Amino acid sequence: MFSKIGAPLAVAAALSVAAISGQVANAAGAGVHMEDVDFSFEGPFGKFDTLQLQRGLKVYTEICAACHGLQYVPLRTLHDEGGPQLPEDQVRAYASQFEVFDEELDDFREAKASDRFPMSNLETAPDLSLMAKKRAGFHGPYGTGINQLLKGIGGPEYIYTLLVSYHDAPDCAPEDFPGSYNSAFASGGFPDECKDEAGNHTVPGSWISMAQPLWGDDVTYDDGHEATIEAEAKDVAAFLMWTAEPKLMARKYAGLTGVLFLTVLSVLLYLTNKRIWAPIKGRKKH
Amino acid sequence: MAGIPHDHYEPGTRGEKWLHRRLPIVGLLYDTLMLPTPKNLNWMWIWGIVLTFCLVLQIVTGIVLAMHYTPHIDYAFASVEHIMRNVNGGHFIRYLHMNGASLFFVAVYLHIFRGLYYGSYKAPREITWIIGMLIYLAMMATAFMGYVLPWGQMSFWGATVITGLFGAIPFIGEPIQTWLLGGPAVDNATLNRFFSLHYLLPFIIAALVAVHIWAFHSTGNNNPTGVEVRRTSKAEAEKDTVPFWPYFVMKDLFALAVILAVFFAIVGFMPNYLGHPDNYIEADALVTPAHIVPEWYFLPFYAILRAFTGDVWVVIAASWITGGIIDAKFFGVLAMFGAIAVMALAPWLDTSGVRSGRYRPMFKWWFGLLCLDFMVLMWAGAMPAEGIYGVISLIASAYWFAYFLIILPLLGVIEKPLPQPATIEDDFNAHYDAQTGGTHTIVKPAE
Repeated sequence: MFSKIGAPLAVAAALSVAAISGQVANAAGAGVHMEDVDFSFEGPFGKFDTLQLQRGLKVYTEICAACHGLQYVPLRTLHDEGGPQLPEDQVRAYASQFEVFDEELDDFREAKASDRFPMSNLETAPDLSLMAKKRAGFHGPYGTGINQLLKGIGGPEYIYTLLVSYHDAPDCAPEDFPGSYNSAFASGGFPDECKDEAGNHTVPGSWISMAQPLWGDDVTYDDGHEATIEAEAKDVAAFLMWTAEPKLMARKYAGLTGVLFLTVLSVLLYLTNKRIWAPIKGRKKH
Repeated sequence: MAGIPHDHYEPGTRGEKWLHRRLPIVGLLYDTLMLPTPKNLNWMWIWGIVLTFCLVLQIVTGIVLAMHYTPHIDYAFASVEHIMRNVNGGHFIRYLHMNGASLFFVAVYLHIFRGLYYGSYKAPREITWIIGMLIYLAMMATAFMGYVLPWGQMSFWGATVITGLFGAIPFIGEPIQTWLLGGPAVDNATLNRFFSLHYLLPFIIAALVAVHIWAFHSTGNNNPTGVEVRRTSKAEAEKDTVPFWPYFVMKDLFALAVILAVFFAIVGFMPNYLGHPDNYIEADALVTPAHIVPEWYFLPFYAILRAFTGDVWVVIAASWITGGIIDAKFFGVLAMFGAIAVMALAPWLDTSGVRSGRYRPMFKWWFGLLCLDFMVLMWAGAMPAEGIYGVISLIASAYWFAYFLIILPLLGVIEKPLPQPATIEDDFNAHYDAQTGGTHTIVKPAE
């Protein structure tokens, strides 16, 4: 089983595979199909699409912001490189549409660029700042997390799929069952009428308390893009990835720099090491 | 320091002599760096350097993070987001620290399994092994408390579950749990003390690491043959060894650079892969996550903890014998800590006179199975505690204990080991034709 060299290698390989398998199957896996969207910011060289972020901001502002907030996102970052990159005067104008509570004034006032986005208006509407990082679209197979390795964790995919997966309620459900039927939402209410004798769900997804927010043509894009429901959902998912991970591009750049530097350093150290050991080792026999 | 005979530091100039008479610090550094090291060490001997690097990385990044972090339940989560968004380079430092913990545990597990395969725990290196186990325990405590600090859902519920283990101890469990938490439940007092201890423990680890290194510098390194370096004379010892500097420093640095290249790729391109998405949800005492899962490096022992449910016969027996004092929960806790304890006792459980697994034909198979077992446990620990996963966890847990308590003691008696090389030099020369390189042109290290 183990050759002399094979033993350490086998242990190393075995344990590193073990290290990446520490993922868990989540309830979201149950019968829900997650679409793998090809976002521009995926992969080591992925970048945010500035225009897409601006479109997503528009969808967020006109639709989502009615109930949801972005309490961790400073408004000034809309101007930042690697973000929607609005000009500064536009950021100020954008900020002025919100009211924030000022502790010094002990009153509400118009928001400035130095403030953060308001919190959720509705107590039951979760804050969206980190939504793209606190949900996972991919888990399997068998909870090993290999899909996350290949496709990414899938937070933006989760948001996209959720937004386009509202359907008419299946016939099995009672008329007055609370919530809206969403075939991609796993953790909502589920009527007993739609379960079989063993208690298994006969339809995918569940009933979500958020009413369908996007229908297509909900906004008019400034850059002339067609506002289909899919386009809107993708744009807002990309925007929410940015709010969750605003330094994504800086991070990838730093990571790439590190990898390139360390690769060159490895080569130099390899050659140095080989040279130092040459007189000790001589020629390798086998 | 006792050990393998080798050259010692000789102060040359008047200044050096002056310093050496008052504080022999240069001599100490010299002896540490010039330690005669078996020249046949393979690539599994690089993890010590990786671990040392990890400790430094975690301390340095951790100190910077502590400058911007607020250990209060109302501000902790927001302060981490502040680090991620507003602190210069904060996002990268935090991801380095977060994934640094994973690199630390990858390295420590490989380091431990290296020791288990090559019999590094055997006499005279038991103290090194025991100190290593203490370091490992301190690492787990540090990592666990560090995971609580961002105050996400997994932070909170992980802390609740793990401190709850102490509550399972009969009679004194609840007072201990309250004492650990600083109150009846995980709250601000808990977060504060975890922050305090998370900052303290790495320095205790650093001290233990110094003793760990001191211990194996006294006994000398083990090596893939398990055959000891000849110590009868300096000339004999030099046939088996080369000085740590520059030979192993360069080799280890090369390995470290390769590993760090992979590490930077993970930090740069997929920093949240090893984490749990739920930890980006702020802690909420009223909402329990669907599955409470610890970080990957705890999963094997978490699986052992959960494997011993009330319907397992050993648990029923233990409960019956102790009159119900040991219930399923407490049994699980004992099993989890016992799993580490039996590993720490390996030097006394292994009866074989042969150190290296290389010359133990039966041991190899059982050891390979142990590696597989470890991975199965890790996977089972991430799965929901129900159905087939419970059975798998139980079988895998049983093997873990059987390996240390039955197989290691028995193998020493029934196994017929293969012949070992007489010296390290023989083993080395069997692989390399040293003559072609000229043994007498060995690089003289700069002094």
